[in-house]
Amino acid sequence: MKLIKNGNFVEQDFVAVGADDALPDGAVIVPLERWETERDSLVTRNTPIGVKLESGQHPERIRDDLDHLSVVALDFPIYRNGRAYSYARLLRDRYGYEGEVRAVGNVLQDQFYFMVRCGFDALEVQDKITPEVFEQSVGAFTYAYQAAADDRPTVMSLRQRLAARAGEARAAQ
Amino acid sequence: MYRYDEFDHSLVKERVEQFRGQVARRLAGDITEDEFKPIRLMNGLYLQLHAYMLRVAVPYGTLSSKQLRKLAEIARKYDRGYGHFTTRQNLQYNWPALKDVPAILDELASVEMHCIQTSGNCIRNVTSDQYAGAAKDEVEDPRIISEVIRQWSTFHPEFSFLPRKFKIAVSATEEDRAAIKVHDIGIQVVRNDKGEIGYQIYVGGGLGRTPMIGKKIGDFVPKADLLAYLEAVMRVYNMNGRRDNLYKSRIKILVHEIGAEEMQRQVEKEFAEIRKTGALNLPQDELDRIEAYFADPAFEALSDDANDLDAAIAADQGFAHWVTNNTAAHKKPGYAIVNISLKPIGGTPGDCSADQMDVVAGLAEKYSFDELRVTHEQNLTLAHVRKGNLKAVYDALKAADLATANVNLITDQIACPGLDYCNLANARSIPIAQEISNRFADMERQHDIGELKINTSGCINACGHHHVGHIGILGVDKKGVEYYQVTLGGSADENTAIGDILGPAFTEQDLPNAIEKIVKIYLDTRQDGERFIDTYRRVGIQPFKENVYEAH
Amino acid sequence: MAQHMRKGAKEQALTANRLIDGVVVYLKADGTLSESLQDAEVAEGKEAAEALLARATPFVENNEIIEPYLFEVEKADGAIRAVSVRETIRQAGPTVRLDLGKQAELSGVHG
Ligand code: SF4
Repeated sequence: MKLIKNGNFVEQDFVAVGADDALPDGAVIVPLERWETERDSLVTRNTPIGVKLESGQHPERIRDDLDHLSVVALDFPIYRNGRAYSYARLLRDRYGYEGEVRAVGNVLQDQFYFMVRCGFDALEVQDKITPEVFEQSVGAFTYAYQAAADDRPTVMSLRQRLAARAGEARAAQ
Repeated sequence: MYRYDEFDHSLVKERVEQFRGQVARRLAGDITEDEFKPIRLMNGLYLQLHAYMLRVAVPYGTLSSKQLRKLAEIARKYDRGYGHFTTRQNLQYNWPALKDVPAILDELASVEMHCIQTSGNCIRNVTSDQYAGAAKDEVEDPRIISEVIRQWSTFHPEFSFLPRKFKIAVSATEEDRAAIKVHDIGIQVVRNDKGEIGYQIYVGGGLGRTPMIGKKIGDFVPKADLLAYLEAVMRVYNMNGRRDNLYKSRIKILVHEIGAEEMQRQVEKEFAEIRKTGALNLPQDELDRIEAYFADPAFEALSDDANDLDAAIAADQGFAHWVTNNTAAHKKPGYAIVNISLKPIGGTPGDCSADQMDVVAGLAEKYSFDELRVTHEQNLTLAHVRKGNLKAVYDALKAADLATANVNLITDQIACPGLDYCNLANARSIPIAQEISNRFADMERQHDIGELKINTSGCINACGHHHVGHIGILGVDKKGVEYYQVTLGGSADENTAIGDILGPAFTEQDLPNAIEKIVKIYLDTRQDGERFIDTYRRVGIQPFKENVYEAH
Repeated sequence: MAQHMRKGAKEQALTANRLIDGVVVYLKADGTLSESLQDAEVAEGKEAAEALLARATPFVENNEIIEPYLFEVEKADGAIRAVSVRETIRQAGPTVRLDLGKQAELSGVHG
């Protein structure tokens, strides 16, 4: 498993722990249920904390806790299950979450582009993924039709800009 | 019609390049079939019974002459000289080689076409009314908003891995030719008291294993908010649609399980939030830009009197039948809408040879402002033909075996490819349609029977829309033998209905006789001017049940 | 894949599609592939069928074929016949286009 953050391959920084695992020192990502039951003790640890949401666990459940969370990890149990794309957009667009949104699970190369557009800034990917593959996948398309969680200009806004420029040019003549 | 600008071109080109690389990696063995399959499916490439099948998107069913010529050229160069028009207004090639597909996609891109999102669990090609821009009572051309939706849904980052495929249809007339109530989302373009244009939204319609009629959840979504509203529906579905069972994953099941009111509540809530951000607000200048592409062509001011036409009709019985049946009223005096039947007697519904494509392209160019339509009933339409040119069009069509005067009659059947081509099929569809067509070939008899739609699917996936056929036929497999289940009373128009099952399934041999009996019962029972569907609605299934199975 | 196999089928052959062009192929006794069902190796009994299926693996790994599976056949008058309608159509071509597919290209195709 490799970790890519904002386009850079980096070392694993958080330890993902299960429901019953002993908590190691340092930064951890815990399942939602554990967060919900152990929230008070977890926040006093004074180490970065992340929560992992399974498919079907709506991010509404951590909405009020986001200030405490450095990472929200969203699971793709299988690449076909695209719920987490919507979760990521809610975290970014609706809840204004500025911490890390990490894609974990069955994260495939042909999805990087979609994930980044939906607001994922960290991806846990298969070992075979190289920086070249990542660049190629994320850069598959120069333009995007629709507004999403990234700040790419939409084709619509680019068209408007072109039209405005053409208008100015006409006016200057 | 819509023309690509540099942005549209760039996206399609980059997609072709991406796929070319993926095909090369696959052929070189760098990726396995398991990895490649979802990729090829996202590019409309399936594996069928005999070979691969490539599905080409025809956005909202509109094609230019140039595009149709290109489709013909591809059929000759890379396929077996024909294509198959589907109930999704798309075109399928039945024999492409994987190694040729990147080249085919290049050819398509050169005429602003592609295979993007013709497969996979994403928002599929948007379908619409084949009479768009020509129908009399149209609120506005439904292709304007269809094109807006096409762009918004293309490579949508959030909705490319939905629980299941997703189909949107748009209609802008009271008469519904786009079957909007059997789509995941059906959009009815309407005008309110203030004269503003907006949209009624139906969700949760669909055929397949569990046929359902869409429920209206939006009464009047303002024009500028349509994408925000659609995004709200998609998000509610993407987050809540079932992913545990393939057969329960369409939006219709979600709507059915939580109820239309709850669906509406959730959508409204999401819609309000999205609207607040303004990110999906449709700017008027962009709407204007797209609208301009669908402005009326340069119609001439003509009168509706057509003495020449009347004379030609009087002189040629075949032409007379064709005019009555295959043409429809146009919004402009002196013009007519021409429907080209792809259902020759005994032929394969929806199949069109490359030579026929060239003929139709030529006619569209010469007589219909250079464009044509594909209909969800697997026919073609020339939307704007001068009445004075009808005879010339008819003669050219006739010479190409395209002038069968049967549109909306019993031999104008919808049929999916079925077991002759399809990997998922239980039984053959095409031979069934052919046999029925041969039985009812007589034109006088067809006219006497009147409007009657027979739809056949080779399996429960219902690509042949059997549930909404006046007579629906579904192929089933009983221990390796093909059987056919019959439903009656379905309808895909503004009075959408799902057909009722008649009774035990028939063998291939018995089925045509059963159809003959059904027709006879209708003819014996009908009252003045009743169509089959009217009679059925009046008398119900009982008289049919009682008489069809009775031994003779 | 298994949906095409019938429990208790006595004689089976192995089919797949060729990766590069999708053409239907059958595995021959000499370890090569043929486009004609008439060339197919017929396995009798469960063990022989399993061995036949296993012999498809190298072709899959070599990226020559995709989606291999076994299907029921019977031998009659020196010819091999597919038992199901589906496989009969598959070894011949569409029943509605007799000018296309193997029925137009090969001999020994049965209707
Ligand atoms: S209805 Fe079934 S048999 Fe017909 S095309 Fe669809 S999947 Fe194939």
